[in-house]
Amino acid sequence: MTEYETVVGLEVHCELATATKLFCGCRNAFGDEPNTNICPVCLGLPGSLPVINRRAVELALRIGSALNCSAKRSIFHRKNYFYPDMPKDYQISQYDEPINVDGFLELPDGSRVGVERAHMEEDTGKTTHVGGGGRIHEAGYSLVDYNRAGVPLVEIVSRPDIRSAAQARAYVDELRSILVAAGASDGRMEEGSLRVDANVSVRPLGATEFGTRCEVKNLNSLRSLERAIDHEVERQIALLESGGRIAQETRHWDEGDSSTHSMRSKEEANDYRYFPEPDLTPLVPDAALLAAAADGVGPMPAERRHRLSELFAAGSELATRRDGSTDQVVTVVELGLDELVHGAVAAGADPRLALARAANEAAASPQAAKNLDPAAFAALLKMESSGQLSATQSKQVLAELMDQGGDPAEIAGRLGFERMDTSALESIVDEVIAANPEEWQRLRDGDEKVAQFLFGQVMKASRGKANGKLVAEAFASRRGD
Amino acid sequence: MTASPAPGFDSLAVIAASIRTGERSARAVLSSSLERVRELEGDLHCFNEVTIEAAEADADAVDQMVRSGIDPGPLAGVPVALKDNMCTVGIPTTCSSKILEGWLPPYDATVVSRLREAGAVAIGKTNLDEFAMGSSTENSAFGPTRNPWDTGRVPGGSSGGSASAVASGMVPLALGSDTGGSIRQPAALCGIVGVKPTYGVVSRYGLIAFASSLDQIGPFTTTVADAALALEVIAGHDPMDSTSLDRPAPSLLASLGEGVSGLRIGIVEDFITEGSECSDAVLAAAAALAAAGAKLDQVKIPELLLGLPAYYVIAPAEASSNLSRYDGVRYGLRVDGPDTETMNSRTRGQGFGPEVKRRIMMGTYALSAGYYDAYYGQAQKARTLVIRAFEAAYRDFDVLLTPTTPSVAFPFGSKVDDPIEMYMCDLCSIPSSLAGHPAASVPFALSPQGLPIGVQVLAPALGEAVMMRVAASLEAAAPREARGPVTP
Repeated sequence: MTEYETVVGLEVHCELATATKLFCGCRNAFGDEPNTNICPVCLGLPGSLPVINRRAVELALRIGSALNCSAKRSIFHRKNYFYPDMPKDYQISQYDEPINVDGFLELPDGSRVGVERAHMEEDTGKTTHVGGGGRIHEAGYSLVDYNRAGVPLVEIVSRPDIRSAAQARAYVDELRSILVAAGASDGRMEEGSLRVDANVSVRPLGATEFGTRCEVKNLNSLRSLERAIDHEVERQIALLESGGRIAQETRHWDEGDSSTHSMRSKEEANDYRYFPEPDLTPLVPDAALLAAAADGVGPMPAERRHRLSELFAAGSELATRRDGSTDQVVTVVELGLDELVHGAVAAGADPRLALARAANEAAASPQAAKNLDPAAFAALLKMESSGQLSATQSKQVLAELMDQGGDPAEIAGRLGFERMDTSALESIVDEVIAANPEEWQRLRDGDEKVAQFLFGQVMKASRGKANGKLVAEAFASRRGD
Repeated sequence: MTASPAPGFDSLAVIAASIRTGERSARAVLSSSLERVRELEGDLHCFNEVTIEAAEADADAVDQMVRSGIDPGPLAGVPVALKDNMCTVGIPTTCSSKILEGWLPPYDATVVSRLREAGAVAIGKTNLDEFAMGSSTENSAFGPTRNPWDTGRVPGGSSGGSASAVASGMVPLALGSDTGGSIRQPAALCGIVGVKPTYGVVSRYGLIAFASSLDQIGPFTTTVADAALALEVIAGHDPMDSTSLDRPAPSLLASLGEGVSGLRIGIVEDFITEGSECSDAVLAAAAALAAAGAKLDQVKIPELLLGLPAYYVIAPAEASSNLSRYDGVRYGLRVDGPDTETMNSRTRGQGFGPEVKRRIMMGTYALSAGYYDAYYGQAQKARTLVIRAFEAAYRDFDVLLTPTTPSVAFPFGSKVDDPIEMYMCDLCSIPSSLAGHPAASVPFALSPQGLPIGVQVLAPALGEAVMMRVAASLEAAAPREARGPVTP
């Protein structure tokens, strides 16, 4: 059997988190009473005209900037087709002169996915088919809610650079973090704030031309995105292997039977009769607009991950490490705890320890962790590094610190975590060696696996007070290293 | 039949002045206007709806203001008629189409608000070619409007109802909309003044769109000064219209009497036909302007002839999109069907008249995949050529003169079976529309049959002031009997 390569391009629709709609002053809100956030403009009443929401343009530019796109002079087009939930029976969208072009998105694993464009458009209303189990052909009647009509969207179109369902998922996950970090979206897939369509094709491994693609719709979660792509790839490979040909078409993902179904073929596709929207003037991203767009935006996740990695001597090495450091960096940035780590390191804490505590212990309650005083966090980590506190003790103090705040030394004292003096530690180590002669011999013979056991015995005997680093040193000196 | 000059008719400036000083009441002026409507509406059919009660309430409010010492504004108590494609709160706005049956707009067009704020009293909605598509008002779903100069002839279109209402003395002011000549052509055919301003000078908010890149609202009046006053009131930036120019309304009245001495005026040869009474009027107008001190010259601008075919691609293309929303889902006519698609097509099939359908089909075709470049793309290039040709001409001339129309008012039915012949009515008016330039039609002569002939004054973008000065000079040189109002 031929080996195949998966090729995926994603179209992500992102609802912008503006207070009002794209072309009128109606509220942009999810879940309100149907048809309460409407006016002549978003209802497309005769004689009404659109006026662009400047904030939406700023957020679109932010998204473009976060995705490393170039901002261009852009215009709107009309995309013409009849549908009851589209009040004007055309959608105002950007076509061949979009606001953002030619960017890329960097995934946590270091791979890059090209972004062809990120353009602006208006959302449609929502149709509910009543009766017939919600299916349009069997419905008794349909109800339309125009609250969503005219809500600003940015459609982010990736290049066909994605090579697996897992990478597609990572792309959307990262994109969501970026949109949230940019303040452009609430990133809620379940409320439809983010909607994903996948263009999926396969080709023999090593082929340079793309296979025929199918567009898969109705992907309502990261999980269905991943499953739908996997299924679609299997379907296409099976079809090709049995001598069939892929037809270019739009397919609907059905969560119920876990498969995609043909919606419409290329021939049945609408002719949208795009032409420049005469009711709007061109958008020019001048200095003032770009400055307003950039105002108050912090660095994006990729940049923050890089900055965090740079704390370590070999920043780039971190990306390939298998000890979980990469995951820790990703987690810390995702939870917004990177500033805490930077602060602690600046105050003298060990970078690796700061990262580990932030990614594991602090991550347990990220909100409390965000309120941590970096100086107090650093003081605690320094107590641990110097052997004043054991790892177990340090974690307990950290929990208290996040819960109540205060001075770590004072907390350690209150908890009875006094520094164990060296002679006490030395004698515990000797006792453990005496009690476990066989294991000790194995360690001396170079069996490192047994070190964990002996280490645990010391910890147990010291009731968690022993400092791990000092214990290791005590064993090492006795081995004659 | 022969028309006679209407008796006792005052310009709107005179009316407003007398009401502001309390010499006359707005209610009395309204009564005489409504009396004239009652007398002539049966013959002319200018209106789709006369809103007597609302008008009386508005007039009383104006009178109350005067009594309270508050100035109601420059159009105090002036009765005004509105083309029925401008939205009016709670008053049917039909575009003379069955498809908008029963629809009551929840908002006023910006021009309607501005007229009211200036003290004007709206008396009703005037007839038009359905969705402003036509040059005779014969395409109205509610029957044609008649020309007061000869009720056997069309008043022109598409703003035929507004033109006929002013030309018959029902109102001293009416608003029309002009996409390719829909103000200027009926003004010419009815012997009154009609002005299409620069695109973006008057807000389109609340004007039901025909072709958005071309539509522009303007006034019909019996005098140039009245048109200037009305334009000063309705013009000016509107934040609700993105294509509205961000500048104050032009000042026109102040310079109206400055004359034409030293102005360079070009006669556009391409629109002059030997033996045509409309062309003869232009030459006579040129002679009058030369006598008043202007420098006249002939100019050839053959690119302007590209305007008509370009227009009849661009305007239908935009219209096909603008008229999509009439689908029976949200408002207006609905003809039920077993599914949404059938309901859509039945509603549109029964709701639109033949000319509207023709243009939707032409426009849909012109925008279709595979035809876009050959039609819409090509038409946009032609539009650019027209604009460039004007730019070149305006390096040598301050204004240009053409006939407004190729012929005088024609009899009913004479062009309805030949759309191309009907489209030719717009030949001279279309180029300014494509360029977004201002243009005015001024009544200048009577044909041997006693029908009015208009001369068109063209100016570059925002050249309203100089255009109106020339129009005023033409008016001064024209015989009084060439202009309305008249009694049929």
